[in-house]
Amino acid sequence: MKAPRAKSIPPKVWVGVALLALALTLLPFVAAFAGQAWVRILNFAMLYIMLALGLNIVVGFAGLLDLGYIAFYAVGAYVYALLASPHLGIHLPFWVILPLSAGIACAFGVLLGAPTLKLRGDYLAIVTLGFGEIIRIFLNNLNAPINITNGPQGVNLIDPFRIGSFSFARPEVVLGVAFSGPQKYYYLLLLITIGVIVVNLRLQNSRLGRAWEAIREDEIAAKAMGINTRNVKLLAFAMGASFGGIAGAVFSATQQFVSPESFGLFESIIVLAMVVLGGMGNISGVILGAILLTLLPEVLRYTMEPLQNALFGRVILDAETIRLLVFGVALVAIMLFRPAGIWPSAVRKRELEVKGGAA
Amino acid sequence: MSVNPSALLTATGIGKRFGGVQALTDVSFSIARGEIYGLIGPNGAGKTSLFNVLTGIYSPDSGNFTFDGAPLDRLKPNEVAERGIARTFQNIRLFQNLSALENVMIGRHVRTHAGVFGAIFRDRQTLTEEAAIEARSYELLDYVGVANRANHLAKHLAYGDQRRLEIARALATDPKLLALDEPAAGMNATETKALKALLDDIRRDGTTILLIEHDMKLVMSICDRVLVLDYGKKIAEGSAAEVQSDPKVIAAYLGGEVTLNLRRA
Amino acid sequence: MDTFLQQIINGLTLGSVYALVALGYTMVYGIIGLINFAHGEVVMIGAMVSLSVVTALLGAGSGVPAALIILAGLIVAVLVCMTLAYGMEKIAYRPLRKAPRLAPLITAIGMSIILQNLALMIWGRNYLTFPTLIEPTTHNVLGATMTDLQMLIVALAAALMAGLVFVVQRTRLGMAMRATAQNPQVAGLMGIDINVVISAAFVIGAALAAVAGLMVMTYYGIAHYYMGFLLGLKAFTAAVLGGIGNLAGAMLGGILLGIIEALGAGYIGDVSNICGFPMLSDTLQEKCAANDDQLSLFGSNYQDVFAFFVLILVLIFRPSGLLGERVADRA
Repeated sequence: MKAPRAKSIPPKVWVGVALLALALTLLPFVAAFAGQAWVRILNFAMLYIMLALGLNIVVGFAGLLDLGYIAFYAVGAYVYALLASPHLGIHLPFWVILPLSAGIACAFGVLLGAPTLKLRGDYLAIVTLGFGEIIRIFLNNLNAPINITNGPQGVNLIDPFRIGSFSFARPEVVLGVAFSGPQKYYYLLLLITIGVIVVNLRLQNSRLGRAWEAIREDEIAAKAMGINTRNVKLLAFAMGASFGGIAGAVFSATQQFVSPESFGLFESIIVLAMVVLGGMGNISGVILGAILLTLLPEVLRYTMEPLQNALFGRVILDAETIRLLVFGVALVAIMLFRPAGIWPSAVRKRELEVKGGAA
Repeated sequence: MSVNPSALLTATGIGKRFGGVQALTDVSFSIARGEIYGLIGPNGAGKTSLFNVLTGIYSPDSGNFTFDGAPLDRLKPNEVAERGIARTFQNIRLFQNLSALENVMIGRHVRTHAGVFGAIFRDRQTLTEEAAIEARSYELLDYVGVANRANHLAKHLAYGDQRRLEIARALATDPKLLALDEPAAGMNATETKALKALLDDIRRDGTTILLIEHDMKLVMSICDRVLVLDYGKKIAEGSAAEVQSDPKVIAAYLGGEVTLNLRRA
Repeated sequence: MDTFLQQIINGLTLGSVYALVALGYTMVYGIIGLINFAHGEVVMIGAMVSLSVVTALLGAGSGVPAALIILAGLIVAVLVCMTLAYGMEKIAYRPLRKAPRLAPLITAIGMSIILQNLALMIWGRNYLTFPTLIEPTTHNVLGATMTDLQMLIVALAAALMAGLVFVVQRTRLGMAMRATAQNPQVAGLMGIDINVVISAAFVIGAALAAVAGLMVMTYYGIAHYYMGFLLGLKAFTAAVLGGIGNLAGAMLGGILLGIIEALGAGYIGDVSNICGFPMLSDTLQEKCAANDDQLSLFGSNYQDVFAFFVLILVLIFRPSGLLGERVADRA
């Protein structure tokens, strides 16, 4: 926060924004040259950006360690799946379900947070981890005696996003330009992601954002200054959960299939890694972390396997294993050498450089 | 002890025990509006414990407080701040990695209202409030004399400036009672003089002050009345001059019976 | 009554294993305040290594008695795990001793992932079976059965725990560990080499973990690169239940958790049987009739959930655990 605030934005910034907008608009077509799969990968990157930003509110802004964040993603995804598929025979339109997904995920966030936010850091981490696992186990098993979630088989044939007769899943020609399904989704996701980014920026630079910073810096002093730390922490949890729920609903609609497999502990850790590696608390860093950690494994897959085939005649380490190994090593290495992340916020960098063992 | 309606804060029979240590025993006092009330005593007398019980960090085992006509029962620290008691800490608890300005702005939290919707939608009411927060924070920084360091990180400020910043942050909560825990600790004579001037200003502008201090010169020169604690018990209460010549007080500080000739009161 | 006693016996066996692993968590947490996320993986490595040794020795033929083969596997596993734990502590945890709590926790998660994938690379993705070397003779105990293996596990675990208590209470190392757990700085000033003490905690914990790994593998007959995660989490729950940082607590918590899980899995079907309820829909009533009046809302596949619920409940209502001390927050 600087003051006084500059009221006018220099023209240089506008040019930069315009160029960025142009690049983002053309991106799906560039990607399509390498194959539609890459457009899907872009879409996934954006979903992860949403998730990472949501978790950033909890971990980065408020300083609460959540290891079960993916549960909110799962809730949002399943709410959408159950309300827009042949499984229960309900087909509500997406603009009705999206707020429902967010709301129900938010409710779960409050449910989890209310009794647990008073716990110390590492205990909170374990409790949230347990919560994430409980959600996954329930999703996996609520198929008998009454079939709610269809268990490990998951729910498929989920309705895609539709506006009237314009479905996002079908390829179409608009104004003489051909758009594939994933490319249409790209623009929708881009819009939603930008919205999420704006909301995050605004939250950070607000009375609420300052309260989160205060709690992170010194909770006792924050309380003494009149901040109701319990409610403020709960708000962080609830907001993070809501974003997770929204991302989950979008995930459901784009994939058109969900199963409990996609919502395990490992996914929670991946999102956490994006926040931590990217730079806790710094929105740009977190976005960078999400993009890197989504694209890197894909790049690895497309290079490592053919490379190994060429060198050894077979694949010794499949892409998935490489991805996980790199991941694990990256987590350890970042903590040892650059704990504030690749692109940390200035505040966090100062906090993490204090080698004094406070907390 | 009956509650004096013109008193801002009345404490009746406050007791607090920590494990095997009886930190406070039957402490009663009352602070009138607009006065500067000192709290002194040897180390370990229970002064900071009294602060902590007053501001809701601990609940008293016995006794109660009445503040501005209403009881302060079992309130949490943030509720106490909301009622109008703000404090500073013996060991300075600023938000070290935030700027001086941000520290004071956080002090405004309790008197402002913007929530999630205000943050996200930035409606006119929120924007006005934010502008007011920033303006008031600058005012307060100026008031205590650290305005030229507004954008410096709290941890980079000189020690004396940090103490004054903490006071600015507490003032940002618009308190009726400002509770300061050793604000002059570590200050030299010049800084202490400046602090005295600041405290005079604060009193003149209508805020009551409760002050823990070891610097006797400061206490005697600025406090209207003084409470003396020793081993958790009240051993004297009165004007600065009365307390200074009270043999019990002298014995507490020097230990044992005093056989020197005392100054005539 | 048969089922009840049977579940108790099963729970006691499983609980002994949990107790051994929980001790590892509690020792490390008690001394440096770190939740060693990777500890479960150490158990898994112990299991896998002993499996490899045993399979190799069996394959080599010769009439070496089963007991010796298992012993060989055990010793190698213990040594490997001890070295592994020592290495982990030195490389990944020691540099972060002064960092804020978040850092070593994340590092531990990273180590856990690395170990899992190393195991995946070395031993593959499939479930591996452990050859049955101990005769499954059963003994009748008051109407329930207890196998040789179960008795062996319980006895061995008890012996190891007794040994640990002896080391902690009666040896100089043990005293050094207790002192460091109370106040590392002062312990250091008194001439205790903190690094040695901390390494010892890791190494001893790893040795116990290796034994636990072998036990689990012989009990269930299978090993898998992912087996450490859930087991580790449950053992951590046990440590918290008993009071983290407290050795007796870890042992008590382990046994208790094993029994809770066994009883829970055994009875959850009965407890959540909805056929007794009035106002069931027609379809449900049909299902009940066709299924012997047994239609459980929650089956034993929810077994794992118990541990998590216990964890959450303990941490919310009694974070210091059963035997732990109440630690007050000083302002």
